[in-house]
Amino acid sequence: MTSLRLYGRYVAVSLRSQMQYPGAFIATSIGAFAATVVDFVALWALFARFRQIEGWRFHEIALFYGVVSVAFAIADTLTRGFDIFGPQFVKTGDFDRLLVRPRTTVLQLLGYEFRATRIGRLAQGMVAWAVGMQLASVDWGWSAWATLLFAVAGGVALFSGILILQATLAFWTVESLEIANTLTYGGIEAAQYPLDIYVRWFRNFLTFVVPLGCVTYFPVAAALGRAERTGVPEWLLSLTPVSGFLFLAASLWVWGFGVRHYTSTGS
Amino acid sequence: MRTHGTLARIPHSVMTASNIVVDGLTKSFHVAERRAGALGATVGLFRRRRRTIEALKGISFRLADGELLGLIGPNGAGKSTTIKILCGILEPSAGHCEVGGLVPWRERIRHVARIGAVFGQRTQLWWDLPVIESFELLRDIYRVPQARYRTTMDALISMLDLQRLLDTPVRQLSLGQRMRCEIAAAMLHEPRVLFLDEPTIGLDAVAKLAVRDFVKTLNRERGVTVILTTHDMHDVEALAERVIVIGNGSILADGSLSALRRGALAERRLLVFFANDIAPTEIPGASVRRWEGRSAELSFDPRVTSAHGLIAHVTSRFDVEDVHLDEPPIEEVIARFYALHAIDA
Amino acid sequence: MSTALRPYQAVFRARFSLLMQYRAAALAGFGTQCWWGAIKIMVLAAFFRGAGATPMTLRQAIDYIWLAQALLTLLPWSVDPDVARMVRSGDVGYDRLRPLDTYGFWYARAVARRTATPLLRAIPMVLTAGLLLPLLGLSEWALSPPAGWNAALLFAVSLVLVVALAAAVSTLMEIITVAALSERGVNMIMGGVVIVFSGNLIPLPLLPDWLQPFLQLQPFAGLLDTPLRIYSGLFSGSDAVIALGRQALWVMVLAAIGRAAMARVMARLQAQGG
Repeated sequence: MTSLRLYGRYVAVSLRSQMQYPGAFIATSIGAFAATVVDFVALWALFARFRQIEGWRFHEIALFYGVVSVAFAIADTLTRGFDIFGPQFVKTGDFDRLLVRPRTTVLQLLGYEFRATRIGRLAQGMVAWAVGMQLASVDWGWSAWATLLFAVAGGVALFSGILILQATLAFWTVESLEIANTLTYGGIEAAQYPLDIYVRWFRNFLTFVVPLGCVTYFPVAAALGRAERTGVPEWLLSLTPVSGFLFLAASLWVWGFGVRHYTSTGS
Repeated sequence: MRTHGTLARIPHSVMTASNIVVDGLTKSFHVAERRAGALGATVGLFRRRRRTIEALKGISFRLADGELLGLIGPNGAGKSTTIKILCGILEPSAGHCEVGGLVPWRERIRHVARIGAVFGQRTQLWWDLPVIESFELLRDIYRVPQARYRTTMDALISMLDLQRLLDTPVRQLSLGQRMRCEIAAAMLHEPRVLFLDEPTIGLDAVAKLAVRDFVKTLNRERGVTVILTTHDMHDVEALAERVIVIGNGSILADGSLSALRRGALAERRLLVFFANDIAPTEIPGASVRRWEGRSAELSFDPRVTSAHGLIAHVTSRFDVEDVHLDEPPIEEVIARFYALHAIDA
Repeated sequence: MSTALRPYQAVFRARFSLLMQYRAAALAGFGTQCWWGAIKIMVLAAFFRGAGATPMTLRQAIDYIWLAQALLTLLPWSVDPDVARMVRSGDVGYDRLRPLDTYGFWYARAVARRTATPLLRAIPMVLTAGLLLPLLGLSEWALSPPAGWNAALLFAVSLVLVVALAAAVSTLMEIITVAALSERGVNMIMGGVVIVFSGNLIPLPLLPDWLQPFLQLQPFAGLLDTPLRIYSGLFSGSDAVIALGRQALWVMVLAAIGRAAMARVMARLQAQGG
């Protein structure tokens, strides 16, 4: 069975397992939605008072936020296995179990759980996205849609890469470090605003080191027809989400390094 | 004797050899030490002391196709380390090792597809799922063709009596039931080599017998190479023709169990039951372990005193109702062996 | 007097040692908070740049945000996991066996939880925001000192009331958890409510003007907003005293409600067999 089909099996099994407790599932999903609504409250309150941020309006920020939220929700759904990697696999030595099976560790961890309750955040992201699109005075043709969807794909790759990197740390520190929260939740917080409001060094950090800007600001600005604010030619803007995939590739390389460390030092 | 389904012996020409070659395997661990006290803990933020543990100090052995090896030794001796290296989970610091022509840690995925492993304390099954679903998921993971899977599963289910358990979630199984399922799970992709790490730990007598019975059948009738680590010496007695004792990271003995027995504890025991109370008496050629009026336990060195001669002597001197000739329990043999080699058990 | 404090000292020491052992986790948590504060401040600064009249200056907003980060662990935004576990396992009834006033015991425990860890988490945050940033030449982003000696004094008083109020809220949450037999509902609601209405998410003064009267009256303002406004001088003189009075009032109200609820819930537990 190919890896892709096996992953499909894993997802089916995981969903069936979660649906055994429908009450809890629904409750958690609603809770996730409610929690993320708080983010939106902040956004709304700030714009109620200030009206605009350096020339950007509410609906534009809503679109930035929606895109990055949807991307993170999807990445979060997929990477549960990496999320709890430290305490669940390294600390207990259960990682040996994965190594004894003739499949890559990454596939097995992706298949560990398909966290469907993240649908709460996904829904909220989509609402923000819809609001942003609705209020914007832009012609939403297929090229704009393609740009936005590519941005989401790149965002999923980027956030997955961040979470895989966090899991890799567990090979050395054993305990699960919450450090990736700075980049995931902090990343959403920072990337929902256009990068040009930040100082130069921070803007560069979010473009070249952890390319959050490349999966929100640049492509969405292009879709909104605000390319001139970014100082980057429009054709390039739509392609920037590629850096999300590059980041993921780098993360997987580091992961392999971490697995080597584990097998040479034991648990 | 139960019929055992349709598991046929796989001809050697069809499968690759499962010879296991271990040569000078060495492994050292570096452990960071925790310091005590609040001051120590603060210092520990900045500087950590490191200690080196030599888990394996160069072990070598060869295992032929179809052998059943018992790996014994006290805790911390290096058994688990050896197993982990053979499984491909751990890389040695030095030395060479091959299983069926593959270096385990270098070609992990290929190697692991050909072995089965059961770790006594940990489960390979999915906790919340019915047993049969775990099996099916493993079938997909190991890429077992459907037809082969059906045949193998039917045989395993009948051999291990799993029919009633298939729809039960793993978390609801008793330890004995779970272990039978674990072993089936380890075999469903028909590996040539099976690693069993403490498979009977915590099991009741009936379950232990079932596991031993199955492993023996696998080995004798299907030619599966088995490496068994255990603390239960009865497992070893029942199954292993060859035994390797590991202590302090080195191999202390490699041979048959009877050779080990002879080497460690040349002793046999004679239990005598008298017709009436006899006072404790000295018996030439034997020492008295216990004497309680109606029965006595004598121990003697069979190299010095013959069992036949001793029995004749005792029966001629006293009114004997019954005699029973025995060997010391295997635990004592092993304990004596450890003591001889000055290792803490 | 010292024997009464000894258990708290022991808890404090144990927590400290535990924190030091998990040094990586401690550092990571601190890093997260610094980052968080920094982003909020950068965003607010951008908003302020194009703004006209605002209910607080950017400087005051910056102080507010740094202090909100420093005091984050004081906030009762989820149920104590030990209590949640006790409720799930059904061990809650055992507390009745102790020769103590149950509410008082739970309240004291809540207070203890809010002095050890928060103190530790606050210090590095204050030092970084207050001393390190100016040293790095970033004084416009740094935490500035309180708006005068009066402000500092009243701030300290307000902090004490924060601990009392947070403990009261927390204990009430625990009682509701016992009544509901699960902490899920409470955690889901309280997290968001506390973060928003204490001013942790956005400084309360920046929320819409028409909400301000309500915001000042609700209990959670006393968890963060009140001391922070006193610190920056947004509340001074009589305003400050009134705010402190509101804090104290809510402590008493919530404690009274908590006591009454505790009695009812425990009575019901006993009737059901504990």
